[in-house]
Amino acid sequence: MRRHALVASRRGAEETPLVRGLLIAVALGFAGLFLFLPLANVFAQALSKGFAVYAAGLTHPESLAALRLTLLLAVVCVPLNVVFGLAAAWAVAKFEFRGKAWLVTLIDLPFSISPVVAGLMFVVLFGLQGYAGPWLAARDLQIIFALPGMILATLFVTFPFVARELIPVMQATGSEQEQAALTLGAGAWRTFWHVTLPSVKWGLLYGVILCNARAMGEFGAVSVVSGHIAGVTDTLPLRVEKLYQEYQSAAAFSVASLLALLALATLAVKGILEWKARRAEARAGAVAETGP
Amino acid sequence: MSIVLDRISKRFGPVIAVDSVSLSVEEGELVALLGPSGGGKTTILRMIAGLEMPTEGEIIIRNRRVTDLRVQERNIGFVFQNYALFKHMNVFRNIAFGLRVKRWRKAEIEARVGELLHLLELEGLAQRLPHQLSGGQRQRVAIARALAPRPSVLLLDEPFGAVDARIRQELREWLVRLHQELNVTTLFVTHDQEEAMEVARRIAIFSNGRLEQIDTPQTVYEEPANEFVARFIGVMNILEGQVHNGVARAGDIELPAPGCADGARVRIGFRPYAVQVSPDPGRYRYQAVLLRTYFMGIMHRLELATPSGLRVRCRITKEEYSNLGLRDSMNVSFQIRSCRVLAGESAESGPARPAEDRGASVPAGGTC
Repeated sequence: MRRHALVASRRGAEETPLVRGLLIAVALGFAGLFLFLPLANVFAQALSKGFAVYAAGLTHPESLAALRLTLLLAVVCVPLNVVFGLAAAWAVAKFEFRGKAWLVTLIDLPFSISPVVAGLMFVVLFGLQGYAGPWLAARDLQIIFALPGMILATLFVTFPFVARELIPVMQATGSEQEQAALTLGAGAWRTFWHVTLPSVKWGLLYGVILCNARAMGEFGAVSVVSGHIAGVTDTLPLRVEKLYQEYQSAAAFSVASLLALLALATLAVKGILEWKARRAEARAGAVAETGP
Repeated sequence: MSIVLDRISKRFGPVIAVDSVSLSVEEGELVALLGPSGGGKTTILRMIAGLEMPTEGEIIIRNRRVTDLRVQERNIGFVFQNYALFKHMNVFRNIAFGLRVKRWRKAEIEARVGELLHLLELEGLAQRLPHQLSGGQRQRVAIARALAPRPSVLLLDEPFGAVDARIRQELREWLVRLHQELNVTTLFVTHDQEEAMEVARRIAIFSNGRLEQIDTPQTVYEEPANEFVARFIGVMNILEGQVHNGVARAGDIELPAPGCADGARVRIGFRPYAVQVSPDPGRYRYQAVLLRTYFMGIMHRLELATPSGLRVRCRITKEEYSNLGLRDSMNVSFQIRSCRVLAGESAESGPARPAEDRGASVPAGGTC
């Protein structure tokens, strides 16, 4: 024991401060160079030609249309993914069935596939030259280069977020609370709203935030299926790219700053949620320790 | 009758968890379902609640066949092993949950919850969340929640399993008092024979999904139906011998085996407290060496070895031990005051009996 303590203390004296300082410096330097600097640059560039140009870039009708479309995609995709995520997490956490491992792997698929490939997949399925193309064209239904295709592509890439967050939470909670509700006479609907949902709310909110961030920020998959019709199928990220390629860099950066602000707001909400969840946990821990 | 189980079985794939169990429980009774883990007792409790469906058989609660009824329609109170309190609800809302489901009026809910908080000694804790309670308090909240809608039966799964040993004793006495006060038919599952003996009016003993015996604590202790029960409830010496003229001979010990056929091999059991020991080798019929003494509070456990190599366990009080002047490795004599022919095979060996002649093969009074 004594020798152990000696070794530990010598190690503590010799290595830790240096290593610690180095690691912190590397992490901070990296974050500053690759995260903070570009972010600051976005705002600097956006405002480089004065506030009037910045405001004009933002209030351009096509920018506003892009903002509306981006918000619409989030509003449609996030609730759908919440429903899917709850269903999938419930199935994985509370039931035993064949093909469960397969389902879990499948949920992760969008993480491992390049978004561009995902977009192309939808083009091949629903595009004019695609498998279902002629059938859809005959009925005057347009999916690719229109809103439905963009929704599909966004759904695909945001598919895992809610389910991934919920599965471990639901597995840890188990199904005894639901069974208790049943023995007390509650039906499935009441059990879900009053017992299941409150017990997973932090996980669910966290999943929703990640899902929302990705839905608004997605570029690759949406780009392939959108067709870049100005004012119609351009989302904020697509609009940024288009403005930049048209050498309107101040306008491009002003729209980019809007996206960055959305991301920062998301980050702030996420931080607050994590802090609240941690506080709830710490309170539980403290009581468990002092409790009789 | 409050609860009647009529030949219920439960199979999970090839596994038979419960094998044709029949039992009935009187209104207001307090019954323990006792057995080693994996014996099927929790499955039976869950089938009564409706959380599992029996593969075969019928369940009747208060003269109503409930076998096909859903959990919600059975009007049972169920206390889970880990309590399963609603973590995000305070004590009041936990207890009120079942009443809100049944659409009680607000004033009635408040009155009922208040009554239960008082009865279960939880006053002042109504606004606490479950994680702010001690283990014992959590259990009482779980019981209050189960009792709130006035269930026709109360089912408890290992009610003392999750609390530490120190307060377990207290909770046992408390459960007995609560039952006396409320008189609600109560079934609880336990693997602890001491707990079952102490709390229950009747004990149902299970092994491998079969009901081995159901009777009062005294009867299962003194007249175990078979060797499994004998071994599970307390300690028992078991000797195997051959019968000649109604007497079974095992090594140098002869024990009565009334009604057993000549030449039959029987297993005979006797409790350690039924063995009388004397330091005078001539005093009693059998000779032995006192191998070792185990000191256990007011009782001492002695291990004797007979000349033919049989080991006999014996239990005497501390006073008796010192009065007799016993010491380890001393030559002693002993006698066996009472014993019982055990019809059941030992738990470890012996072929499984066919299910249909169970019960019939267990003779009353421990004879062949």
